[in-house]
Amino acid sequence: MENLLNLIPDDTDRTDGILKVTGGATYSAEYKIEGLTYGVLVQSTIAKGKITVLETKKAEGAPGVIKVLSHLNLNNSVPRYAKDDNVTIDRNIQKVFYNDQVYFAGQPIALVIADTYERAVYAASLIKANYQEEKHHTYLEKNLENSISPEGKDYLRNEKDAYKNSEVYLEAEYHQLNNIHNPMELGSITANWESDEKLTVYDKTQGVFGSQKHYAGLYGMDSKNVRVIAPFVGGAFGMALHTWPYQDAAVIGAKITKLPLKLMLTRMQMFTMVGYRPETKQFIGIGASKDGVLNGITHNAWGVTSTYDNFTEGTVGGTQFMYKCPNVNTQYKLVKLDVSNPIWMRGPGEATGMFALECAMDELAFKLNMDPIAFRLKNYATVHPVNNLPWSSKFLDECYELGAKKIGWYNRNPKPKSMTEDGMLVGYGMASGVFNAGRGAATARVILDENGKLTIQSAITDIGPGTGVMMKSVAMDSFKMDAIQIIVELGDTNLPPAPTQGGSNTTSSVGSAVYDACTALKEKMVEVYNQSFGEQKVYDDFKFNKEGFNIKGKSFSYVDLLKKAGLKELEVTRESRSGTERQKYVFNSFSVHFTKVHVHPLTGMVKVKEVVCALDAGKIISEKQARSQMIGGVVGGIGMALTEEGVYDHRYGVYTNNNFADYHVPVHADIPPIDVLFVNKPDPYINPIGAKGLGEVSIIGLAPSIANAIFHATGKRVRDLPITLDKIAIWRD
Amino acid sequence: MINFDYIRMQSVKSTVKALAKFTDAKMIAGGSNLIDLMKRNVTAPTKLIDINLLPLKYIEQSKEGLRIGALALNSQAADHEIVKNKFPLLAMAINAGASPQLRNMASFGGNMMQRTRCTYFYDTSMPCNKREPNSGCGALNGINRMHAIFGANDNCIAVNPSDMNVALIALDAQVVLLNAKKERKMAFADFHKLAEDTPNLDNHLQSNEMIVEILIPENNFSKNSYYVKVRDRNSYAFALVSVAAGLELEGKTIKNARLAMGGVAHKPWRLYDAENYLQGKEINTETFKEAAKIAMKGAKGYGHNDFKLDLAPASILEALMKAAHLS
Ligand SMILES: Cc1cc2nc3c(=O)[nH]c(=O)nc-3n(C[C@H](O)[C@H](O)[C@H](O)COP(=O)(O)OP(=O)(O)OC[C@H]3O[C@@H](n4cnc5c(N)ncnc54)[C@H](O)[C@@H]3O)c2cc1C
Repeated sequence: MENLLNLIPDDTDRTDGILKVTGGATYSAEYKIEGLTYGVLVQSTIAKGKITVLETKKAEGAPGVIKVLSHLNLNNSVPRYAKDDNVTIDRNIQKVFYNDQVYFAGQPIALVIADTYERAVYAASLIKANYQEEKHHTYLEKNLENSISPEGKDYLRNEKDAYKNSEVYLEAEYHQLNNIHNPMELGSITANWESDEKLTVYDKTQGVFGSQKHYAGLYGMDSKNVRVIAPFVGGAFGMALHTWPYQDAAVIGAKITKLPLKLMLTRMQMFTMVGYRPETKQFIGIGASKDGVLNGITHNAWGVTSTYDNFTEGTVGGTQFMYKCPNVNTQYKLVKLDVSNPIWMRGPGEATGMFALECAMDELAFKLNMDPIAFRLKNYATVHPVNNLPWSSKFLDECYELGAKKIGWYNRNPKPKSMTEDGMLVGYGMASGVFNAGRGAATARVILDENGKLTIQSAITDIGPGTGVMMKSVAMDSFKMDAIQIIVELGDTNLPPAPTQGGSNTTSSVGSAVYDACTALKEKMVEVYNQSFGEQKVYDDFKFNKEGFNIKGKSFSYVDLLKKAGLKELEVTRESRSGTERQKYVFNSFSVHFTKVHVHPLTGMVKVKEVVCALDAGKIISEKQARSQMIGGVVGGIGMALTEEGVYDHRYGVYTNNNFADYHVPVHADIPPIDVLFVNKPDPYINPIGAKGLGEVSIIGLAPSIANAIFHATGKRVRDLPITLDKIAIWRD
Repeated sequence: MINFDYIRMQSVKSTVKALAKFTDAKMIAGGSNLIDLMKRNVTAPTKLIDINLLPLKYIEQSKEGLRIGALALNSQAADHEIVKNKFPLLAMAINAGASPQLRNMASFGGNMMQRTRCTYFYDTSMPCNKREPNSGCGALNGINRMHAIFGANDNCIAVNPSDMNVALIALDAQVVLLNAKKERKMAFADFHKLAEDTPNLDNHLQSNEMIVEILIPENNFSKNSYYVKVRDRNSYAFALVSVAAGLELEGKTIKNARLAMGGVAHKPWRLYDAENYLQGKEINTETFKEAAKIAMKGAKGYGHNDFKLDLAPASILEALMKAAHLS
């Protein structure tokens, strides 16, 4: 980690940036361990049934093969699996190779372990399975009647379906297919049993402690004998929130062979082995008075989950409180299909739900002949409509204003299909986003060494947002130090506990822990100073600067203080967590996305020309990183809106586009200039640093803003994501 | 991937000799299609014959027209002065394909020979008559959004995915093929074939033959050429529909027209009837709409790709309007 500092050209650059782009970052599949073996997974080709024959002999005899692992020979070697008859453990994660059942196409059914990757791939191709197939179901639309209602998810405020009694109302159905997390780094793991009782795992994970607990649990081990290391994570978007069957396969395989084992998924395997944003169908009924006062909203959603998991997300949650509206009812149902587990994907639930709500708001504004922003402001909630608490801070109204001004919202002709430019139809759209601003318990350690360098440690992973810089920025601010003086260490279970990176919590949680630890270290310095010099100074007498501190005109360096006290280093560890403020306020981050699109008048090809995001995420700790986060969310949102869909052939229950040629993530040519505007006002209650999160609100609301822009450009309302040109059908008038 | 032998060839002669000897060998040029197919176990040659050292990388002007060696790179041609000035349609089509990295690897011969992107062809657990004769067509009643609307039958509704091919067929290119004994020349338009009863065969190249050269005759379309590619993202996606249009104008009158489509048939699809209709007409929207209508005769959708029946004529109109500088 030390070298990393010398490379940093700018205080606000990522701590891992240069290493990542120069190949200096070591990812979980890149650790060189003596005697490393390679694992390759074989997958089911049917969606549902029983494996009747698994022919592994040829593979076992192939060159370099050490072991072929499957349900045939796993036996009872994994104590946690053997403990009960459930097919899942933890958060409904499948036990790998547990029995002969197939629950979805692409399920891992065997692991080949060989001395080289190529030999493992070849041997895997020799494994043949026969199945006794059963009728499968993968089609949401055709299985709605088999839906279940997860507990506590239905919501009613006052009158049900009151929208129907409104002067103006709209009923509309929205739909989107699976979105697949496609970070650059594939799911990968290197498992190394140093002894029968001691495991080290280099893991692609968003939370090292979640992984540690899971692996220790497999063998009933003490967690302290499992070390999980993940200093670099090449993106995740939610896919690494769970510990998946492929990771179990690697840990179990390494245990059985007593050899270190590396397993990296292929891009194709990413589609069925590490979750996805589930296909969801939604209904919105929404009504208002003629002058635009909302009267009622009904929001029902049907989300896909697997047969062995009841995965839920906050799809309808935002509708309950986004606007001041006397009557609201929401319903959320799960349709259990023969598919793999979904998992949260950036802006989980809300990104899906707000697509429906914010399109419906646009549609109703159009019916009311009102400006979409004016309509939203007319129904602006200042008190949380569900629990009647005030928000800790809410500057959504300022976001509307900032963004509208930047994109020139009021200069547009609001009439659909009224604007052209360079032979293209022009459309402007906007939509809002909201996400919970959480704060988890996190611990940070700060160590000042005899050279005056500060090391900050926390087990948090940095999956891409620039968590390392954020931690550094907080410390720099606290000590008025330069970046060069600070070392950040993260992503390791040997470091102080932190939550899993996710849910836009990290800055709020870990940033606060770093802040508290820095403050505590300064207090400790005061103590050490008083002890060393026999004085009785108080904290407020100390003015800290990058070399040390100043007490009533006298300067001391950190180096001198430690020398005088005879200390090699000074260390403080602090845990930081939320308190009673959570009972007094509601905490949310808000975003507004504005987009401008071009639509080709003959073919209907869409090009996003400009995106402006304005957001209220409290105090912005590192503006450059926050901006990058927003840009990343916008890129993901453009994919969600226009290009990304996991397409099944329901006859077989298999994906037809599980690769990068056919599953279209946006490319550079799809991405316009993106402007990010921050309200940047500290939240007074959330935590000591005033920061709310922004990872999720970066994408929430982007898709509807594009759908709304396409409506403005063409007069065509597409309620089905992604909005491909065949759905716009510009040629049809 | 299955083990294979790798042989690097130094000359055209030794290459065609090897082709005659090893029936299940495959030539490798840029490898950008072949390697993918090998990784997916769609094809498993026992011998890979590397032809990259063969002296077939040239692009040169000759009396009959532009001669392009089979190993000339797609990027090399798209950046070539003569191509840009005299055959801009080819440069436009090539640049609409794939990505810069791929175009730096893709050869003319390899591009001509690239196989369909039908996902049922790629997935060995699916039926596909092209990959495995008589196993059925997965796409026919499956996900067929990308598939053919012209000249298909129930055996196979896959399309030829190339952009370059669309320009070459529009430009009346010819192909020079060679085996150990003799050379033969054929119209580019005759090189690829429809699926018919042998969807496993994409073209008329014999297993002992190689492509050595592509020849594009001189033409007068350079001022009024346009390539439209309609796709699901703004770059790096195969065509839903593409159109190559070339017009030779005398004032506002069309002296000569060339029109071809990609992404609609098992082969690059030349629109002869529409060309004939255009000849002698004045350039205007109505004429172009009529040509598009004529071009669509006999088109048939298979469900998910029905939209191509509307998208294709719209794209033809767009290509003609742009070629005529009317939009
Ligand atoms: C992700 C992706 C996106 C793409 N997008 C597009 C696109 O949008 N548009 C497009 O047009 N293309 C696209 N391509 C395809 C690309 O153009 C082809 O892969 C490329 O043209 C093949 O050329 P190559 O030299 O690499 O061929 P190789 O892979 O080396 O060979 C392909 C085939 O041609 C045969 N062959 C090669 N040379 C000769 C010869 N001289 N004589 C006879 N047979 C020969 C080989 O034996 C092999 O069977 C894409 C490819 C990828 C991977």
